[in-house]
Amino acid sequence: MRMPKLTAFLTATAVFTSVLTLAATAAEVHVLNWKGYGADEPWAIAAFEKVTGNKVVNDFFNSEQEMLTKLRTNPGLYDVVMINAAFNDQAMAEKLIQPIDVSKIPNYADISPDKAGSPMLVRDGKVHGVPWVWGLTALAINEKAFETPPTSIAEMWNEAHKGRVTIRDDAVEAVQFGAIATGQNINDVRDMEAVKAKLTSLMPQIKTFWSSENDWNQMVASNQIDIGTYWSGSADRAKTHFKLPVSLVIPGEGAVAWLDAFSIPVGAKNVAGAEAFINYMIDPKFYVEWVTKVGAPVSANAKAVAALPEDAFNRKVMGDPDVAKRIQFQAPISDAQREAYLALWQELKVNVK
Amino acid sequence: MAGQVATGSRSGLRSALPLLLPAYLWLTVAIFLPLSAMVFFSFMTELPLSGKAWSFTLDNYATFFSQGLYWTLLLASLRLGLEVTLWCVVIGYPAAYVLAKVLRGRSREAIFLLVILPFWSNGLVRIFSWAMVLREGGILDTALNAVLPFKINIDLMYSYPAVIIGLVHSYVPYMVLTCYLTLQAIDDSLIEAGRSLGASRLQMLKRVIIPLSMPGLVAGAALIFVPVVGSFMEPRILGGRTGTFYGTVIEDQFVAVFNWPLGAALSFILLAVVLVILALASPVLRRAA
Repeated sequence: MRMPKLTAFLTATAVFTSVLTLAATAAEVHVLNWKGYGADEPWAIAAFEKVTGNKVVNDFFNSEQEMLTKLRTNPGLYDVVMINAAFNDQAMAEKLIQPIDVSKIPNYADISPDKAGSPMLVRDGKVHGVPWVWGLTALAINEKAFETPPTSIAEMWNEAHKGRVTIRDDAVEAVQFGAIATGQNINDVRDMEAVKAKLTSLMPQIKTFWSSENDWNQMVASNQIDIGTYWSGSADRAKTHFKLPVSLVIPGEGAVAWLDAFSIPVGAKNVAGAEAFINYMIDPKFYVEWVTKVGAPVSANAKAVAALPEDAFNRKVMGDPDVAKRIQFQAPISDAQREAYLALWQELKVNVK
Repeated sequence: MAGQVATGSRSGLRSALPLLLPAYLWLTVAIFLPLSAMVFFSFMTELPLSGKAWSFTLDNYATFFSQGLYWTLLLASLRLGLEVTLWCVVIGYPAAYVLAKVLRGRSREAIFLLVILPFWSNGLVRIFSWAMVLREGGILDTALNAVLPFKINIDLMYSYPAVIIGLVHSYVPYMVLTCYLTLQAIDDSLIEAGRSLGASRLQMLKRVIIPLSMPGLVAGAALIFVPVVGSFMEPRILGGRTGTFYGTVIEDQFVAVFNWPLGAALSFILLAVVLVILALASPVLRRAA
């Protein structure tokens, strides 16, 4: 007597919840991206929702590894994911993302050919990632600490900034930064000992390691640091949006460049919505608004960059052929390399104790 | 007779079962299952989630012993645990004594509220508040310089003391609460008896009050020491470049490189070390308690 009742009740609940879920997912686009990185701007979401009728649901990650973990553990939950091109390969190999039908994304045609054709994103003629923006991991300075901006990476080792330097708590970035400082190719570090020695001598200079944009901006706002590694888009945002005395420096020795792209996860429930969202994200109109209101990296869409004012940083400096010669794009990294980099980085961090 | 007792206790167990079941079911689902999954992970070469082939291995545990840095960090974390526990005793015990034996009525309630207030605030909020207080040009620096006639420069942020301050603040309520309970249970007539027999205040403390409140001190110390040894949030945010501890390295394995097997193995080594320490200390502690 009791059991059937309970079963009926449970079934009813289950049916009710699944109906709710279905109704909820029908016109939703679930987006996975860094927090505060374009896709979650309220004005942008409102504009997109108004045009397409899709509701945007944002979720965030704090590291590429976390992003991959979220894709692995929640199949079918996300419709759009933002992946650094260097990780696209791994995501594809693990069958986390699916090929994209670029004919459904009108703005794709305007993406500069070197980015769109990147072998990191296109395999066997199938597009696995739509280039969105690119930028640099370079240096940024606290303008209060410099009369003239430095031009060399060696400024990080200058005794005058002892205890006022910051670098990101990221093994790969640290090693690649060390490679640039020792004049090596970031994707083929031959002399790890030189990198280790260089980074070891940097440690006493460091105030703390940053892990998010907010960390960096807080430290500048309270005048605790002079110089540190920073992302170009973040430096732009710190200046434009938060009105902080921050400016980006692309050192003569070079900088690490990265390319961020949108992909569609395997099992996405709303592929049409995902395509519409990606198309909107690479649209010149969105990009110009993003740069003006908030500050952003450089769009992969040539028309979007051309829509910026001529003296805009992302057009003038980042588009400078001389800068293009100095920067090195990040290539995929094998697990073995990543673990070796982490071991080195942890050793460095333990030795400062 | 014996049979009667047996049936009696069995029926007692049967009637207690509905009361025990929810708690045990919850423990099984919420603690035992994930923990055994982690034990399982710690013996694997790869996580099955990543879609790669995996096999059983002892390498994750071997890594700990083959690399000196994990030992260094474990020792640093144990030292941190001891220091934080010590400061919690120094700060928490007198406070608990005053609460239990000196204050009465309203004032006791008010102070009690202040003591447990940290429990009601989010851990991250607490840490970021400390960041505002401790940094150069922060609240502490500005306030002291406004009062003192000479100029001092206080920049505790991103240092070992900052980690200690943050952790002590988070954990001192445990010490106050456990000590308060045992101190309150001490019969006042024992103290009066000691006094009337001519014991000095120090003698009273050493011979009567501390021995009688020892169970509370021990419980508080264990409650604080164990989580502090594995802490990672406070060291990471407040410790700056000196903030690398055993807990932060475990967190890195889970979050930064997705090496759950190694992270799980490191966690279980920590668990084993902590259990060994508690086991070694237990005869001493039992005698004291």
